[in-house]
Amino acid sequence: MAINALSSRRAALSRLDSKGSPYLYVLPFFLLFGVFGLFPLIYTGYVSFNDWNLLDGGAHQWVGLANYREMLQDPYFWNSLGNTLSIWVLSTVPQLLAALWIAHLLNHKLRARTSLRMGVLLPNITSIVAVTIVFTQLFGRDFGMVNWLLGLVGAGPIDWQADTWSSHLAISIIVAWRWTGYNALIYLASMQAIPHDMYEAAELDGASSAQQFWRITVPQLRPTIIFTTVISTIGGLQIMAEPLLFAGTSTPTGGSDRQFQTIALFMYEQGFREFRFGYASAIAWTLCLIIAVFAIVNFLLTRRIANEE
Amino acid sequence: MVFARLARVAAAATVAAVALTACGSGGESGGDGGDVTLNVSLFGNFGYQQLYQQYQQEHPNIKIRERTADYNAHHRDLATHLATNSGAADIEAVDTGFIAQMREVGNQFVDLGKDRESEYLPWKWQASLTKDGKQIGYGTDVGGLAICYRRDLFQQAGLPADRDQVSAAWASGWDKYIQLGEQFTRKAPKGTAFFDGGGALYNAVIGQAPVGFYDQDNTIVVKSNPEVREAWNLVVQAIQANLSAKLIESSPEWNNGFAKGQFATIACPAWMMAKIKDQAKAFAGKWDVAAVPGGGGNWGGSYLTVPKQGKHVEEAKKLAAWLTAPEQQSKVFTTAGLLPSIPALYDKPEIAALKDPFFNNAPVGKIFTTAAKELKPQYQGPRAGDIQTTIRDGLSRVEQGKQSSDESWQQTVSDVERLAK
Repeated sequence: MAINALSSRRAALSRLDSKGSPYLYVLPFFLLFGVFGLFPLIYTGYVSFNDWNLLDGGAHQWVGLANYREMLQDPYFWNSLGNTLSIWVLSTVPQLLAALWIAHLLNHKLRARTSLRMGVLLPNITSIVAVTIVFTQLFGRDFGMVNWLLGLVGAGPIDWQADTWSSHLAISIIVAWRWTGYNALIYLASMQAIPHDMYEAAELDGASSAQQFWRITVPQLRPTIIFTTVISTIGGLQIMAEPLLFAGTSTPTGGSDRQFQTIALFMYEQGFREFRFGYASAIAWTLCLIIAVFAIVNFLLTRRIANEE
Repeated sequence: MVFARLARVAAAATVAAVALTACGSGGESGGDGGDVTLNVSLFGNFGYQQLYQQYQQEHPNIKIRERTADYNAHHRDLATHLATNSGAADIEAVDTGFIAQMREVGNQFVDLGKDRESEYLPWKWQASLTKDGKQIGYGTDVGGLAICYRRDLFQQAGLPADRDQVSAAWASGWDKYIQLGEQFTRKAPKGTAFFDGGGALYNAVIGQAPVGFYDQDNTIVVKSNPEVREAWNLVVQAIQANLSAKLIESSPEWNNGFAKGQFATIACPAWMMAKIKDQAKAFAGKWDVAAVPGGGGNWGGSYLTVPKQGKHVEEAKKLAAWLTAPEQQSKVFTTAGLLPSIPALYDKPEIAALKDPFFNNAPVGKIFTTAAKELKPQYQGPRAGDIQTTIRDGLSRVEQGKQSSDESWQQTVSDVERLAK
């Protein structure tokens, strides 16, 4: 009787072990996610329904959807959305194409291959602040190297910060410089998983290098391309440090006419210069939704394009 | 067995979570043995380095650590730290442009009492006083106003370079300053403008008005106060006469501008002298100081405050009082050029007779104390610093040729109204 009870208790514990332990193993992540991810997300949602002044020691009043209504009528919100999308397209598209090309080159037998592969990642491990400050100097109006080079070929100096197009281009170059190598390495890793026989067979059939690239490499990379596009989109829509530092003085308005103020920067301005915590939270939640929508659209589009191959 | 394993996993998970959570809370300053580390958070050069050493020698249990950020970032960080009730330094500097905003949340700061009221310029003392009469900051310096100029560039452009002649040439007002600028531009060396940028010039001009951006009851009067618009028109006139180097104050490009000699004059509150010395080392002796057009005026000047959230409030109060005491303010003036906010010092020989070799031995003591005595105090409201930045952006748009003066003014006014929300 006693032995029987003991063994059934053991069996129950063992069941609990096999069913329960995995949950305990993943528990730390969910605890952390709950504390640092979920809670802020929900709390921000709550704050966004309030008129909440950060400086007044958090005095707040429930206002329902008023912050969202105001945001939709705020020309500076739409301006920042437009800027964000423009900078995102200008940086992401060329960046991913260049990464694909670089990965393709690195996939060949090259001398000093490992150091070259390490080399493309270097920009990514440099501090974002340092990179932006250096590039801002390069794009300087009066003594920048870019304008000096332009002067050599007879083109006039450009006030990079002053115009919409020039500031977007400059910021996109900063972003692309930092992330192209990172994406290239991801593509490279994925390229190396493509069975070599496919290329050998193609070569026997007389396929050129370009044909091999477009007919074998790109379709095989489909999941990776989807992944990098989604990741770049998420990063691109949140871009903030580059435009903030590009302005030269740490004012969050993104230039004299807000010509390069992104959504994240606009949110920062409203939250930490205007101290309108509720309004900034509404912007934050909207940004979160926009990113979600973009990620889904991206995913569907990229899958479709790749399927058509 | 199984029990033990489950328990171990659970324990490990908890420890990991706790450890990672704890990482976020940051390191502890100070230490055992009664040692106290005081953090002092400033923007720009306050000239305190030697004073810290002296204080630490006299108080062996105190360690002082200074951190500096740029003007806007510093004040934004301070406001954030007050709002979240953590992260502020033991002593925080606040500029004139932001003191009213801090005064509105005066309960976040330690009341420094009334003991030193009689020492200070009355308007300086008033500006950091809360409605219920608490003093949140000890004044460090006042701006005062002068014009710093490059005498060598003036000579090359065929203008009188002697400081008395220069002062006299524009004594009657800014119109004469612009006229002289036009004369300068005709013969100036290539790549040299007359002044650094519209935003900085604007601060000097509006600094002379009796009423600036605010009424005494904290209403923003940018739209209705004619002096705000007149100052705007004047600066636009100077920009359109092609006198501006189109640089934004305190930007990296502006710093470059000093080193490359991109401009010949700059509106020069006393604290600006330290910036010029830092940035234009190669031109020592070629700079000079003349009186400001129209006389008087103020731009800037700071306070040291002690946030309540600090761990060592008593020690911080003592240090702040010491750093701003007459003797120290006097030293800061002779070493770094920051003009004292204690008027009794103005007649002391070591201040009144101070000459600065960097500025061609200009009698900076006399020039700035005279400016400070002529100064008509201007009331500063809560968002004065941000309004200043907004107007600067507006003038930038005109400089960059993106908008006409009127278009830019309209947008500036509506941007200022947004700030009032």
